[in-house]
Amino acid sequence: MFQFTVRRIIWVIPTMLAVATIVFLVMRVAAGDPAIAILGEYASAESIAALRAKLGLDRSLWSQYGSYMWDLLHGHLGRSLINNKPVASYIASLLPRTAELAVAGMAIGVIIGVPLGVLTALRSRSFVDYLGRVFALVGLSMPAFYLGILLLLVFAVKLRWFPVISVASSPSLLDNLYALFLPALSLGLIKAAFVSRMTRSTMLEIMGEDFVRTARAKGLREGLVIYKHGFRNALIPVVTVIGIYMGALLGGAVLTETVFNRPGIGKLLVGALRERDYPVIQSTLMMFAGFVIFVNLAVDLLYGFIDPRIRYE
Amino acid sequence: MARKAASTENRYRQALRGLLKDKLATTGTLLVLIIALVAIFAPVVAPYNPSAQSLSYRLRSPSSEHLLGTDEFGRDVLSRIIFGSRVSLIVGVLSVALGMIIGVPIGILCAYFGKRFDLVVMRVVDILMSFPTLVFGLMLVAALSPNLINVVIAIAISLVPRFIRVARGPALSIMKKEYIESSKAIGASTGRIVFLHILPNIAGPIAIMATLWVATSIRIEAGLSFLGLGVQPPTPSWGNMLKAGMNRILMAPWMAIYPGIAIVISVLAFNLIGDGIRDFLDPKKQI
Repeated sequence: MFQFTVRRIIWVIPTMLAVATIVFLVMRVAAGDPAIAILGEYASAESIAALRAKLGLDRSLWSQYGSYMWDLLHGHLGRSLINNKPVASYIASLLPRTAELAVAGMAIGVIIGVPLGVLTALRSRSFVDYLGRVFALVGLSMPAFYLGILLLLVFAVKLRWFPVISVASSPSLLDNLYALFLPALSLGLIKAAFVSRMTRSTMLEIMGEDFVRTARAKGLREGLVIYKHGFRNALIPVVTVIGIYMGALLGGAVLTETVFNRPGIGKLLVGALRERDYPVIQSTLMMFAGFVIFVNLAVDLLYGFIDPRIRYE
Repeated sequence: MARKAASTENRYRQALRGLLKDKLATTGTLLVLIIALVAIFAPVVAPYNPSAQSLSYRLRSPSSEHLLGTDEFGRDVLSRIIFGSRVSLIVGVLSVALGMIIGVPIGILCAYFGKRFDLVVMRVVDILMSFPTLVFGLMLVAALSPNLINVVIAIAISLVPRFIRVARGPALSIMKKEYIESSKAIGASTGRIVFLHILPNIAGPIAIMATLWVATSIRIEAGLSFLGLGVQPPTPSWGNMLKAGMNRILMAPWMAIYPGIAIVISVLAFNLIGDGIRDFLDPKKQI
């Protein structure tokens, strides 16, 4: 287990370097000349040449790649081309906002999705099961940002229970949670659909296994059978799904932040893409990929605690 | 040869019959057919020209004249939704087809060759999959410049690593079968083994994922267009209609509500078909 943990953690380093290389290549090779993109097609040749020199684009691709990776390894993310602010300061202030949205969204997804999945599996083919499956189907088909627009329309515009722009009016925890509620709910309800479906199918499969029948036959209380033999075994695929959907949730956060006009890495990325602010684009893309890589690492390491069989393999 | 063709035909007919027994899958198929017909015959079905502006009809709420209201330029929302279905279907189907054509053979070759080839490709897949699909799509569209073809290419590229994974898993288990060993022993070429023996046997899981990913692609296109980095106005797409609607959410909520419903229905339709195929191919559910 120790060896696996160490190997798994070390693997993060080459993965992050490869991610950085892909981002660099896509933005430098496929995107064309950033100087033209920033100044526009009709800019004079002199001003384009001056900007290219300023950005270091007149150097060879290898040299640019070398200094990009060198800076990255030393924690230098560069400065925004638009307002010359250090990109690291943007990231430092906005990353927690996106992280709290993603975590709150996933928390809502798990809090609603897991019990709903267990309930619909235990009451299979009942009215509750039918309702749960309809909820899951609609949830799977609705983009989170559209649900966000609908929630905004009902709870912020019509009922006026929540602010239209989800920015906390003060740094207090309560104000933050209040501003976070609608965006997190729009992400969380969609994730709840995914999680409930996964939990339901896994629970159904496990509750039909021989060891569950044996547990019942030896007179174990139904609650214990469900929790110890059913639910605990169903948790493994559910944890995997949570890991897989963390990436999708972050993608959803880009849109949700835009709908709710909420500051975060997603909104920063969209703005930077529109303005062709390359240092900001590269760093935010790295943040997104890094977040997914670390969640996957956490999921892999968590398996060992949930399922002791994996620990010994 | 004739017997083989007949047995394949029987198998597909059987699959279709099984799928049609599933009420939800039938509903999904019907919905997709309706959406496809509406997209093909959009100029006939749409009550108005989707680009025709009328300043005197700006931001009109739904009425008998304009069933789903009008937008900020006085354009008929229903007609724009009808024409927008073309964008969604084109992006959904083409990006999945392209991703599948590139990804599936690579996945099968990973299983076929194994060893270093498999190791290198799968590490690259792991790395590419660390980008959320929408974020990866955003990066590529921004690099290529946003338009319909580039949206298709961007979504297709982001689906390639996923298709590689989906094809590799079942192909690995097929590779262990005796008939593959026999084919190799009698000197069958790699192409023959890949296309004649492996591909038909892993078509099931690929078909499930392809259908479900059409739904995902429609959602991603809507997301990209909503962010202004997808299909550009004045071409109507459900995503860019939602974006325009979001800007007028207080005055004209119908501009956002109805394109969103169109997205939900079309994504739901493809999800229902994907689920239907999954249930049909799952041996446990047939007992």
